[in-house]
Parts: sequence; C-alpha cells; structure tokens
Amino acid sequence: MSAFSAVRILFPPVVAARSAGEKPSAPFLPSLAVPGLTRSPLRAPRLGRPLLAVSSDVLSGQKPLGSNSSPSSHAAVSREEALVLYEDMVLGRVFEDMCAQMYYRGKMFGFVHLYNGQEAVSTGFIKLLEATDSVVSTYRDHVHAVSKGVPARAVMAELFGKTTGCCRGQGGSMHMFSSTHNLLGGFAFIGEGIPVATGAAFSSKYRHEVLKQSNPKGLDVTVAFFGDGTCNNGQFFECLNMAQLWKLPIIFVVENNLWAIGMSHLRATSDPEIWKKGPAFGMPGVHVDGMDVLKVREVAMEAIGRARRGEGPTLVECETYRFRGHSLADPDELRKAGKLEILFI
Amino acid sequence: MLGIARRKVGLGVFSATILEQALQRALTAGSVLPKKYSTTAKEQMTVREALNTALDEEMSADPKVFLMGEEVGEYQGAYKISKGLLEKYGPDRVLDTPITEAGFAGIGVGAAYYGLRPVVEFMTFNFSMQAIDHLINSAAKSNYMSAGQISVPIVFRGPNGAAAGVGAQHSQCFAAWYAHVPGLKVLTPYSAEDARGLLKAAIRDPDPVVFLENELLYGESFPVSAEVFDSSFCLPIGKAKIEREGKHVTITAYSKMVGYALQAAEILSKEGISAEVINLRSIRPLDRDAINASVRKTNRLVTVEEGFPQHGVGAEICMSVIEESFEYLDAPVERIAGADVPMPYAANLERMAVPQVDDIVRAAKRACYRSVPMAAAA
Repeated sequence: MSAFSAVRILFPPVVAARSAGEKPSAPFLPSLAVPGLTRSPLRAPRLGRPLLAVSSDVLSGQKPLGSNSSPSSHAAVSREEALVLYEDMVLGRVFEDMCAQMYYRGKMFGFVHLYNGQEAVSTGFIKLLEATDSVVSTYRDHVHAVSKGVPARAVMAELFGKTTGCCRGQGGSMHMFSSTHNLLGGFAFIGEGIPVATGAAFSSKYRHEVLKQSNPKGLDVTVAFFGDGTCNNGQFFECLNMAQLWKLPIIFVVENNLWAIGMSHLRATSDPEIWKKGPAFGMPGVHVDGMDVLKVREVAMEAIGRARRGEGPTLVECETYRFRGHSLADPDELRKAGKLEILFI
Repeated sequence: MLGIARRKVGLGVFSATILEQALQRALTAGSVLPKKYSTTAKEQMTVREALNTALDEEMSADPKVFLMGEEVGEYQGAYKISKGLLEKYGPDRVLDTPITEAGFAGIGVGAAYYGLRPVVEFMTFNFSMQAIDHLINSAAKSNYMSAGQISVPIVFRGPNGAAAGVGAQHSQCFAAWYAHVPGLKVLTPYSAEDARGLLKAAIRDPDPVVFLENELLYGESFPVSAEVFDSSFCLPIGKAKIEREGKHVTITAYSKMVGYALQAAEILSKEGISAEVINLRSIRPLDRDAINASVRKTNRLVTVEEGFPQHGVGAEICMSVIEESFEYLDAPVERIAGADVPMPYAANLERMAVPQVDDIVRAAKRACYRSVPMAAAA
C-alpha cells in the first residue's frame, strides 16, 4: 500500500480532464479539491483548520498514549529495525543535550544549533539509506551526521575544535563533512545545501547514464534537509524545477518547525503549506507528521524507492518542532513556552 | 539566560548590562533606548546604542526612511540593533523579511529607485553574497547607467568580518570586495561616535552605501563628546580620523583593528616608537590625502586589516602611498592582514588566522628597522 495514500498528497492538476467548453470557476486555482481547505475564487487560500505546531495524533489528543489500535497506515517494522531507530533517536537527543551542557560550561563556542525534537525526521530518512547515498544538511547538522554513520566521537571532537574531529576542527558545528559517509555538509547559508544536493543527485544520474556505472540497487539517492524558512528562498524553487526537469534522484525534506530564528513561518510565507510547492513543479508533494518516526519512515521508503527507480524527485514536508532555541545563543523570546502552539489563520 | 548573556560579546549575544538595561526599559513606555544617559565624568555610549539612536533619529526625521531585514522587527534585531523600532514606527516601516536576501535587497533597490530611502540589514555581510548582484548591478551602477537620472539612496548595513568561533562561512571581511566597485560608498565605523555619525551620513547620502559594522564591537563602550548626542550630528564620508598622533610610523586600520592598532601604539610608545594611528572610517572613498600626509610626516607605513591579504584594502593603501609619496618612504610599506585561508573553527587556529596586537607591533618595528626578520605567519 502506498505510503503516500496515508497522507495528504496533491499531484499536479490534470487540466485535460475538463470537458470542452467548460470554463474553470477559478482559472488560477487547481481543479483538484483539497480536503480541509476552504477556497474562494480569486482570493489567497486560507487554512480552514488550526495549524498545529505538533500534529502527532498522540500529542494532539486524538489517540491515547499506548493505544493498541493498529495504525493501518504504519508499515510494520521488525524488532531489530525498531531498535535501530530507537537507538539512533536517543543518541541524537543525548548528543545534543551534551552539546548544550558543554556550551553552557564554556567548552564549546561559536554558533551551535541543536536538533532536539526533530530526531524522527533524521532517523526516519537516513536509516533507510545506503552508505553510497548522500545527505546534505544545514547548520543544524549534528544529528544528520550521527544518523548517517559519522562516529559521534568524531562529531563531538569537531565541536571542541580538536584535530580528531571529522573536519580536524576546521569546519565546526555548522560544517560537518564526511566523504566516507557521503555527508556533503553542513552549510551556514539558508538554501545553500539545496543546489549542492541537487548536484549530487545529478552526479548520481550521470554516473549511471553517461559513465555507465551500474548499481544493482538502482540510483544512489540524495536527501536534502532544510527548514521552513528556506522554502521562501529562490534557490529552493530553482532546484525544484531542475530536479524535476532532469528527473534527479533526490528527496527534498522540509523540516518545518514553524520558526526561522524568531520569524514565524506564518508571517514569512504567503502560502504556508509547503508540500503544495512540489506539484507546482510537477513532483509529488507529501505532508507527514514529523514527530512520528514510523510515519516518516513510511513516506521515506516510498520517496527513496521512487528516486532509486529513476522516477524523479519528491518534496516531503515534515511537520516537526525544535524544543530549544534556534541556536544556543538565541534568547528564544518569541515562542510561547510550555505549550503546543495552536495557531489559527 | 543571563548566564548566556554574560559570555563574551563575540558569541553574538549582548552583554549583561545591556540585557538588564533593556529589560528595565522594556517595562517602561517607549522601549527605544533613550538618548539621554546618566551623566558621569565622561559620557559613554556603546556602538549598539549609537546605531540604534542613529536609526531612530533618521527614521523620525524622514518618513521615507524604512528598515528591512531578517529579525529586525519582532526579534528586535538579530543583534538587537533595531530594538524598539518596531514598536515606535510600526510594521510598515520596520519590515521583517523572509529569508530571501536576493529578493529583499532587490526590493530595497527598487524602492530607492522610486523615491524611498531604505535601510537594508544583512544578518551578516556573508549573507550579502546571496544578494550581491543587486548591490553591484542594480544599486551601484544605476546612477551611471542612467546618466544621473536614477539615484539610489539606499544603505546596506550589518556585521562584517570575523566574530568568535563562527566558522568559515560567517567570518569573511567584505570591505575590499565592495570598495572595488565604482558607484558604492563603503564605510567602516570603529567607535560609537563613528557608528552614529557615519550611519546618519549614510542614510542621508543620495548614493548606495555599504555600512560594515562589527559584531564584536556592538557591546563596546566609548567615551563621546556632548555634540555626538545631538540629532543633527553627522560625520563626513571620505574622511579618516587620526586616532593617535605620532612621528615614527603610520599605522592605518579600520573597524576592530583600530582598537588593536591603538593597543600596539601604546606598547610601541614604551619602546620609544611613536606610532600615528589612522582610523580609516571610509574605505571608499579612501582618504588618500590624510594617509599620504601622515606618511610624508612619519616616512613609514603599516596597514592593518582583518580580511584576506590578496587584493585587500592594505594593497590599495600601499599602492596609493607608493604612487604619491614614494620619495618620502624610508622603509618598504607593509600590510598586515588575516591569514590566506578560510577561517578555521578551532579557537587556537582562529587566533592565528586573524592579526593580533603582537603582529602589528612587530611590523611597526620592522618598518623602523628595530627588530628580527619577518616571521612566516605575519
């Protein structure tokens, strides 16, 4: 069963389905009805439902904790796989907490951006990848590095500026690289990693088609991680276009935690539903609960499968939340503390 | 959170005293930092206060001035430079932008073409690289391309250069890059007086100005004279300041390096070398007259900058002196610059990649033929 049917997905509208002579009621809006949205013609679409910061079924109270009702949408995981996922997420959380502790003791310095709360996204995607697949990240890259297989010791040493660090102390928190593990950075600039990731995917396709290096498993896949703020940046749109145009084996993973430093996603974005930007470029756009590793994993399996088979890119929006500030130097005054944020537009 | 605030200013967080003051003021009506300060023997002002009050006064004086950038509004500024401005002027004049440097720099330029006076903030000038096409091609060159019909009264401001431990992509100095371009003015304030006077001048200037601040200087306090507090206070663009007079060697510097040069001059004076320290204030136009006049007096030149050495500001200054004052030189001109390497992250490497006071002292001594041969790193 397709993971994509378990979540809302909007494929590009099929214009030819309209019968001859019939004028569309709203020429600029797609003809496909999207559940949950109220539309009026010629006005900007507005969400008719509350936009939850954390949309997990358990946390939103729709499903009691420990419920045994089988989530029909979840693919089964074996005990071994589940343990791998669990260990990876716990490692990511503990690692970041230790970074915070070291920072506040003055042993770590500079800009440190922690991933607490978003572990399901990193684990859900990266644990499905092979060693030859590549990952491109942002400055919030410690956990992506660890999930991809860079030894936690090497990442921590890097943060202390030691020569035993994965970049010998030259890169630092925001610039984790590992050629062995195909972790292609670690970039400070918003959106910078997206063209780099698209290029890695291009290289994968080129090696397969031009250099005739065949891989029985299919194309090497690239996963690009970036945030909601990045989705307003030009590079994002340029790469969505080219990735779909050339059918590159890439997955664009949006870690939508609703905040870009102190700027709320809703204040910065004309249409906050990022997954819809995929179909605008002709690729599937998927929205998933980023706090649930099993749901993320299910979506990831399908997206990675598509890419490997040469069917092209996917845009996956993972709704998630960061439990700490933007960086350890961020006073984080603008988010309400202690509660889930529920915002009505 | 105060624990974080008490860390070095260089980590991008304002000092504890500013935090406490700001918290107090935020509780009273009108949270813009007040212009009057409690009188002590000498009035003090931080660079942050200088920039904040300059922005406030210029926005108050001219309704066409508006501020645009990431986190300038509700967050009160990524480095709290625009604190209180949103409350005072509203969201129409203090705009929080999405993360789209190319877009909003271009929008600022267009607004300037068409009658407004934007102040565009880059969270750091490293991010201006995403928008550099607009700074150069649509801002700097338009007055010429349109034969004077279009003027672009825009200010691009933000922190420039190295901070502390922020890595290669957050630490570059862009003074040389922007000063290379005809049509731009490039200013590099050091003290609070510089920051206030030059920002006001930049906002009033009819041409595009690149205003390079320094994150580590934001919290530093400087003594200022009474006239600096006046709302019409303004410094001329293109004029350097002699921060310390001397007889034996001229040391030019800008931004944070001025502080280092002054410390070096103090050390040198104890060894009998009287150094004249010039605070450039303006990289483009460069105050060649002041620099040459000084070198004709001292006959020796050391230029200091934090940026990469090749094609740097020092290269231009040295050439200017060779062209105009060659006969007056008693020693080869020398430039001290950052190491020719992307800024490393590790703290010990970072220290070695940026000029230190010692490097300036040694260079001055070399110019005076007083010391050991040049070390490889300097």
